[in-house]
Amino acid sequence: MLYFARWKIALILGTILIGVMFLLPNFVSESTRYGPDGRPQGVWSVLPSDTLNLGLDLRGGSHLVFQVDMDEVRSERLVRLADDVRTVLRNQPAILTAAPAVVEGRVVVRLSRPDDMEAALRRLRGINEPVSNSFGQASLDQTLSIEADPDGRTIRVGITEAAFEEIQRRTVTQSVEVIRRRIDGTGTTEPTIVRQGDDRVLVQVPGESDPQRIIEIVGTTARMTFHMVEANVDPGPDGQGRTPPGVIILPTEEAGEPFLAVQRRALVTGEQLVRASQGFNEAGQPSVNFTFNTSGARAFGDATAANVGRRFAIVLDDVIISAPRIRSPIMGGSGMIDGGFTVQSANDLANMLNAGALPARLTPVEQRSVSAGLGQDSIDRGQTAIIIGFSLVIVFMLLAYGFFGVASTLALVVNICLLMGGLSGLQATLTLPGIAGIVLTIGMAVDANVLIFERIREEYRSGRTVANAIENGYQHALSAILDANVTTFIAAAVLYMMGAGPVRGFAVTLGIGIMTSVFTAFVFSRLLLAGWLRFAKPKALPM
Amino acid sequence: MNLSSFALVRFLPVETDFGFIRMRVGAFVLSLFMVLGSVAAFFTMGLNLGIDFRGGTAIEISTEGPADIALIREVVSAAVPGDVQVQGFGTDEDVLIRVGEIDPEVINALEGFEALDAAQAQQAVQQLVRGALVEAIPDVSFERMEVISPQVSDELRVAGATAVLVSLFLMLVYIWLRFEWQYSVGAVLALAHDVIITIGFFSVTQLQFNLPTIAAILTIVGYSMNDTVVIYDRIREMFRKFKSLPTPQVLDLAINATLSRTILTSGTTLVALIAMAVMGGPALEGFAMALIWGVAIGTYSSIFVAAPLLTVTGVRRDGGDRED
Repeated sequence: MLYFARWKIALILGTILIGVMFLLPNFVSESTRYGPDGRPQGVWSVLPSDTLNLGLDLRGGSHLVFQVDMDEVRSERLVRLADDVRTVLRNQPAILTAAPAVVEGRVVVRLSRPDDMEAALRRLRGINEPVSNSFGQASLDQTLSIEADPDGRTIRVGITEAAFEEIQRRTVTQSVEVIRRRIDGTGTTEPTIVRQGDDRVLVQVPGESDPQRIIEIVGTTARMTFHMVEANVDPGPDGQGRTPPGVIILPTEEAGEPFLAVQRRALVTGEQLVRASQGFNEAGQPSVNFTFNTSGARAFGDATAANVGRRFAIVLDDVIISAPRIRSPIMGGSGMIDGGFTVQSANDLANMLNAGALPARLTPVEQRSVSAGLGQDSIDRGQTAIIIGFSLVIVFMLLAYGFFGVASTLALVVNICLLMGGLSGLQATLTLPGIAGIVLTIGMAVDANVLIFERIREEYRSGRTVANAIENGYQHALSAILDANVTTFIAAAVLYMMGAGPVRGFAVTLGIGIMTSVFTAFVFSRLLLAGWLRFAKPKALPM
Repeated sequence: MNLSSFALVRFLPVETDFGFIRMRVGAFVLSLFMVLGSVAAFFTMGLNLGIDFRGGTAIEISTEGPADIALIREVVSAAVPGDVQVQGFGTDEDVLIRVGEIDPEVINALEGFEALDAAQAQQAVQQLVRGALVEAIPDVSFERMEVISPQVSDELRVAGATAVLVSLFLMLVYIWLRFEWQYSVGAVLALAHDVIITIGFFSVTQLQFNLPTIAAILTIVGYSMNDTVVIYDRIREMFRKFKSLPTPQVLDLAINATLSRTILTSGTTLVALIAMAVMGGPALEGFAMALIWGVAIGTYSSIFVAAPLLTVTGVRRDGGDRED
């Protein structure tokens, strides 16, 4: 146990050196490490240049989890499916049915004549319900489940679970992409946008301690459509007016005209926009300027040419944001929306239109934000706690073990270097509970040394020589050290798997701390004592 | 040079000979009393659940100059109809405002809101509180804001409980693999004892019980297990060494042999934790308190519960002789 081959010594010292190298960047200012081009410069292009990756609770920022509303997606899908079912059954020769209805997650059709069952099933099987609507292609053969009831007249058509899972997967992936484009558009640095679980999206924005703006940016679906206004239909004072087929009543943002009746069918949709930007109208008020693609421009041009003098409505997420009158045909494919914008809200809308509509509604279900000031305060307090805890533990060890306490102090110093270096090197997120994990590690790290030293004392008392006692002490303490640390490691691993956010940071520091503690207490301190034995050749145990 | 003069203090007599096992009946009674007391406290007083586990809104604000808590309470209560708690947080300028989970109907009944779901209602609370505070106290700054929807708090409750149970189960399996089932039963009973009494501690003190508290409990589980394993390891070794000695005496020998280590390690850990409790600020205070309590309980339970339980589970003397 006390003999170290040269290569082993080199390995141990090398490990420590690597740890220190990863720790080093934390003591050098960012402007020294990185050149103006944002790349590491000088020695830092060779050495590790990353510092500790501070969590949002330490650097300030917002952490938001959004729930993708899959129930809404499911019901929208079913309404569309019901439309498709009606269309295929009404094709000539028409099969007579009651209007298909959505019941318990499936479209239910009742045939007027049971004899039509065969033909109806054949036509329904021909419906190709693509898994993805506006992006990508259908990727599943079997997306519909079609069942005939034993009564011979009722057919139930549903979307298979496999297809729905695929829809969900794509919806969440698209949401992540759209959110990323939107947040990138605001010029925020280093946002993290990832899927969480099956139907959630995690958004982390460092430096933004007001989550409300992110919620507005992410929580708006931004589905924009253009519709003709039906001036002949009275929307009624509360939006409950009678509407002919194909006409709907939508709320507006204007106080004098709370509701307007518009055609259900959209002239152009937001997907046909190629570019939107913030501008100003003739009156100098902020506006959103936009340009359609070729098909959008043609559709918009034709529609405006045919309806000069009438009004059209610009609808954003089922609310009319503007309803201008068409004075002349709008050819060229570009236009402008004005109405009650501030520069920021016009910018945000333009940004959202450029990023595209979200495929589903997103609701914030978890929000944590911390100001940069409080974060810095936590760092300062954490540092003080670490330094004081560290000093107290050292005093404790020196008092208890004297000379051996020096060995364990050195081991503890190396331990902290390795732990911090490890956190920097792995770019693990250091959170406030993570700092608590470091303090706790400092307290618990000496345990292995204590176990060994107590064992050495015992061995020495039972009459062994110093070298023998030390040798045996390390040997006999090993199994207890391993078992004890494996159990703590299990607790940390469970915490890592079950925990979220800041708590996970605690699990990470605790886990890395356990590994560095075992290494420094069992391997590094042994190397120190072996060296001491060799040079001092002690006759009595100095503790 | 006489190096032994470096050891300035002996914390403990070098060799102790306490009769721990003799005290086991007293210890079991004490433990039983604490466990039952904790369970009773849990069911009568409940836990002061943080918003992680009960949903709602937490806002930490700071003001220029000492905060007027009564005014803040009045302003917030007027803004949101619900369960509002306002308390000082660390310094005179810092205030923590908590609003419990709110029924969306309550918010929808207010002017300017309609058809909000449960998650949106909690968001609305945050906006209402912020708006009211900015109006009443213009120099207020918002240091920390958390909004947890009922859906997420339900999940976190389940995840928290699962984490504790899973870790206990994994400990059971690990000790069973490394030792014998008699040891693992003793160890896990001692752990359950620690967890229950720690929860009781939170119930009696009404300290806030939140996500970091679960982290603290799991750490206590790890720490207490660590402590127990060291003693068990020595017990197994002593059983091999002293084959003819009666079990209680072997247990005593093992506990005494590891006693100074037990006390030193809990000493250094407690010292570090006290530094955290005193210096770490209000955010870490509760966490550190839980750990301090847990380390004390875990140390007690390793000596007075886990080891003596081996006389009850009937550890097999010959079976433990497996060489590692």
